[in-house]
Amino acid sequence: MTEPIRAVLLDDSVEFSLHELCAACHVSEELVVEIVAEGIVEPHGGNRAQWRFSGLAVTRIQRVIRLQQEFDVNLPGAALALQLLEEVERLRRARR
Amino acid sequence: MEYKDYYQIMGVGREASADDIKRAYRRLARKYHPDVSKEKDAEARFKEVGEAYEVLRDPEKRAAYDALGTRKPGEEFRPPPDWQFDYGAEAEAAAGAHSDFFEQLFGGLGRGRRGSFRSRGFDAAGQVEVTLEEAFRGTERRLSLQRVAVDERGHAEPKTQQLTVRIPPGVIDGQRIRVPSQGEPGMGGGPPGDLFLEVRLLPHRWFRAEGRDIWLDLPVTPWEAALGETVRVPTLGGRVDLKVPKGSQTDRQLRLRGRGLPGNPPGDQLVVLKIIVPPAQTPADEALYREMAAKLAANPRQAMESSS
Repeated sequence: MTEPIRAVLLDDSVEFSLHELCAACHVSEELVVEIVAEGIVEPHGGNRAQWRFSGLAVTRIQRVIRLQQEFDVNLPGAALALQLLEEVERLRRARR
Repeated sequence: MEYKDYYQIMGVGREASADDIKRAYRRLARKYHPDVSKEKDAEARFKEVGEAYEVLRDPEKRAAYDALGTRKPGEEFRPPPDWQFDYGAEAEAAAGAHSDFFEQLFGGLGRGRRGSFRSRGFDAAGQVEVTLEEAFRGTERRLSLQRVAVDERGHAEPKTQQLTVRIPPGVIDGQRIRVPSQGEPGMGGGPPGDLFLEVRLLPHRWFRAEGRDIWLDLPVTPWEAALGETVRVPTLGGRVDLKVPKGSQTDRQLRLRGRGLPGNPPGDQLVVLKIIVPPAQTPADEALYREMAAKLAANPRQAMESSS
């Protein structure tokens, strides 16, 4: 049997640099800068070279890009949809 | 290969206008988009709808598809021998997400176009169901992934790949985990995509997870609650002793700090006391209750009586 492959938790226990985040989400640095400017993800650190993102940023960026492309909306629209979806998911979880 | 009725998938008639088709697509996309939908087979439906839209939105593809005539969905199908479709460049960008039917008609996987460019493989997605005990300790999962392998001659061949993934301790419900380089293979020597798994925590007989916190309803006797005794409490990490504060009532919450799911910081276990009244099964039991009734002057409805 082969050695099991290690999975990485995408939560706040892991950190991604801007470069690593772009690789994980297959997006350009420019797009991440736009997404940060929109307030969808918030890095720690002063300038771009020092930015550190939590693992949750990977999921949010992937979702916001999918929403933007597949519903043909702009970034602020996709950000609003994402925020509402996350709220619905939080409420659904709390109800169980 | 099975015939696909793209009109039926989109829920429109064959005579539908471009606007009808766009509207139907938008509505179905909102219904089945995996980010939005709670439907069970949302992802499969979304792909199907996306493929149907890709054909019906494009006048040339739609005309070519219409020329095949009407068949029953799922009917065995081969493209006509003289079939030719001059597909555009965008067809290759989305390959991998299409049915065999689409690939045969429009995909061009088999036409030697693949070797000419290099691209990273698609990310793959899946779900893993994990018990609370496994979430606490970490676990391994053997996964079967459906892959499309493309040979040198460009033939797409579905195959199943087995994979063992080590899931670290401390996953919570809805948590995503990333398994690097285990997505779809790249093309033309490009790197593979990643595999993203979403964790579903299975319900537990006693425990209920809320984020990293674990809730437990703990039955106690009236005297344990009244006198304040030490009781054994199960936690995910094993049994611990808990001192019930003297004079506790039902629904009192006690916190076992750091006994929830691991993390930084780890969750807590929240114990909710549930006072269980033992039934009076024998005359002796009854006598005891009568003695309590006589000697303990208690009226839990006092507040209701004085205010009404």
